[in-house]
Amino acid sequence: MSELFAAHGLRKAYPGVIANDDVSFSIDTGEIHALLGENGAGKSTLVKMIYGLVKPDAGTMTLLNAPYAPPEPRAARGSGVAMVFQHFSLFDALTVAENVSLGMENPPAASKLAQRITDVSEDYGLPLDPHRTVGDLSAGERQRVEIIRCLLQDPRLLIMDEPTSVLTPQEVEILFATLEKLRAEGTSILYISHKLEEIRALCDRATILRLGKVVGHANPREKSAAELAEMMVGTALHRPERELSPPGEVALEVANLTLQPANPFGTALRDVSLSLRKGEVLGIGGVAGNGQDELLAALSGEALCAADEVKLHGQPIGRLAPPARRKLGLLSAPEERLGHAAAPDMSLTENALLSANLRKHLSRRGFINWGAARRYAEEVIEAFDVRTPGPHVAARALSGGNLQKFVIGREIEQAPEVLVVNQPTWGVDASAAAAIRQAILDLAAEGCAVVAISQDLDELMEISSRFAALNGGRLSEPVPVDDSLTMERIGLMMGGAHDMEVAHNHPSQVPA
Amino acid sequence: MDLSAINPVLLLASLMVAATPILLGGIGELVVEKSGVLNLGVEGMMITGAIAGFAATIETGSPALGFLIAAVAGAALSMLFALLTQYALANQVASGLALTLFGLGLSSLMGQGYVGLKPPSTPKLDIPLLSDIPFLGPVLFQHDPMVYIGIAIVAATWATLKYSRVGLVLRAVGENHDAAHALGYKVRLVRCAAIGFGGAMAGLGGAYLSLVRVPQWTEGMTAGAGWIALALVVFASWKPWRVMVGAYLFGGITVLQLNLQAAGVKIPVEYLSMSPYIITIIVLVIMSSGRGKAALGAPASMGRIFHATG
Repeated sequence: MSELFAAHGLRKAYPGVIANDDVSFSIDTGEIHALLGENGAGKSTLVKMIYGLVKPDAGTMTLLNAPYAPPEPRAARGSGVAMVFQHFSLFDALTVAENVSLGMENPPAASKLAQRITDVSEDYGLPLDPHRTVGDLSAGERQRVEIIRCLLQDPRLLIMDEPTSVLTPQEVEILFATLEKLRAEGTSILYISHKLEEIRALCDRATILRLGKVVGHANPREKSAAELAEMMVGTALHRPERELSPPGEVALEVANLTLQPANPFGTALRDVSLSLRKGEVLGIGGVAGNGQDELLAALSGEALCAADEVKLHGQPIGRLAPPARRKLGLLSAPEERLGHAAAPDMSLTENALLSANLRKHLSRRGFINWGAARRYAEEVIEAFDVRTPGPHVAARALSGGNLQKFVIGREIEQAPEVLVVNQPTWGVDASAAAAIRQAILDLAAEGCAVVAISQDLDELMEISSRFAALNGGRLSEPVPVDDSLTMERIGLMMGGAHDMEVAHNHPSQVPA
Repeated sequence: MDLSAINPVLLLASLMVAATPILLGGIGELVVEKSGVLNLGVEGMMITGAIAGFAATIETGSPALGFLIAAVAGAALSMLFALLTQYALANQVASGLALTLFGLGLSSLMGQGYVGLKPPSTPKLDIPLLSDIPFLGPVLFQHDPMVYIGIAIVAATWATLKYSRVGLVLRAVGENHDAAHALGYKVRLVRCAAIGFGGAMAGLGGAYLSLVRVPQWTEGMTAGAGWIALALVVFASWKPWRVMVGAYLFGGITVLQLNLQAAGVKIPVEYLSMSPYIITIIVLVIMSSGRGKAALGAPASMGRIFHATG
């Protein structure tokens, strides 16, 4: 196979951090090349350089053996480089066709474009109605918009940044079939992910980045996931251990909870019921936007419901606000670190106080005991190995992983009786994620009941004793996590491929 | 009270004249907000345009040149706002309010020597045949060119936003500036252009007040027209034709209440004076509520500061 793209000694430094240093690798024509690395390893900066969003400080690139230095994304697209972004670069209020048109250099007339979108989407098994508004689409459908936007330009090199993080297992399969079809047609794909099994199933070669440097190349099919992980992290990973303790009495009970969302784009909870025993971890999976935020809000007390729709130790708490629930021992850590779980511009001491004031008695008669608050923050920092100069530092200044350890630790150190977490390790590097999961398991072993909401299925399999899925605001019947719980079964619980297969088999039914 | 003194033909004819300043200011602000910028300085740009256009017309004797200078003055003032918000990343609400206060002060300074003067009148278009139609002729076809230019600008704005590439890019920038940047569109440039257009339109609207509607210069003569234009955009759910409906409604009630005052209706003058504001707001609130989707017409990035992080 001939070489399509090569990078030689790329370097990019930002104030205080070298994002990429002496990065060299090459991609062949018709190859799926994996770019592997932890968060902060420099993957995103590297692809931004290839796509012309960032200019390298040093080093060169070649495309088809000719020098390649795109000054802006337009130039990159003109040379046949297309990119599907991790956080979708879509415009909610615009239609599918308008979104596609914005990503093209010389878009055809509107009616022609709509026809081409329909044609290409049928060819690749990604049905899409060009006239729908993007804001109404599911995550999987939105990704199809991005992919089709790229495909319409007949790219030579397609860059995909973490494409599967928002998809159900069934949707992942369909995406992989599309990518293999593209490979067969001679398109090269640069595939960025930290999901090792995916890379082993799909990719021909892998380049592994750590702290901005290339630490090795590998054929992912010949390596085990553990070997790849070791190359990525640099040390052998500690895998959390689960101590099985017999579940105790029922701690949290939700019965037929129905709740309208607080914002117009939210999902209503429909008839959600669950019961959780002491010492149990209930894992709740599902694609983002299926009611996760609303469920957390209903449990934490941000959203109130009928009194006996939520019960703690048999006591109805549906009408209680968050502080009252905290006092009773129901604590929660929401997904969004900056702005929801923590106040970004306040110090760690203040952030610790905001959550732990009641349970740790950090104030008296309305006056704050700053010494006690600081000691509590220090305690959390110490116990959870939060890397920070001290508790006076603003929450915003911490890296994602460290702040996440802090906000989870802040709740765990209060000795909750029920803990609700949403996306406990989202955007956290592998070792910090392992530490957080271990802390959750330890907490459960001490008899706390935990509700873990996450989109990372591997994580849920690792920590949960039972699993349930949220789909369109409905919660499935929880099932025990054992060998009979296959990925396929989980996928079906999560709602399958959102009608994709039906449309795949009968392309004539796709609305024109 | 003598309602028969109100001439319906004159009433309808002056409606279009009364509506034109806020129509121009509103359509300019609509484009600015569609690009994701909230410029609260409409009032300031309008009154700057009013005095600049007035002064230029007095000095040169040409209303056409006066309108041109007014547009340039409005746009120039808006560039100050663009500089503050797009390059210095200042808060848009505070900068917009400052622009209004600055414009009011600047205009009274510039207008020192022009109080009490009378500008040469702006010629009316006399379209043969059409203007001779009974009733419709005087109502629709015997106005000055700016009335028709205003309507043409609304139509052009609507078509540009809906059908053209430029309009699509503008909407995209207002909807999600990070995504637009990632696709390689020049967010700042698009926004500065939109702000400049908004300034020019507000300037034209102001000049229309001082050259045609009143016509003379007095301090603070815009009297809140810029704020009404701002409110129109929101209540019109960012739709150009609705801005026009709102402007005509406001203009119509303004003229009607003046006529009622003249006819000696037994309603206190204060209530009549406030009626255009109240009724316009009530009607537009009704128009923009009820349908959830219309209420969600706001550009998602509006008022947010864009800072390219690479």
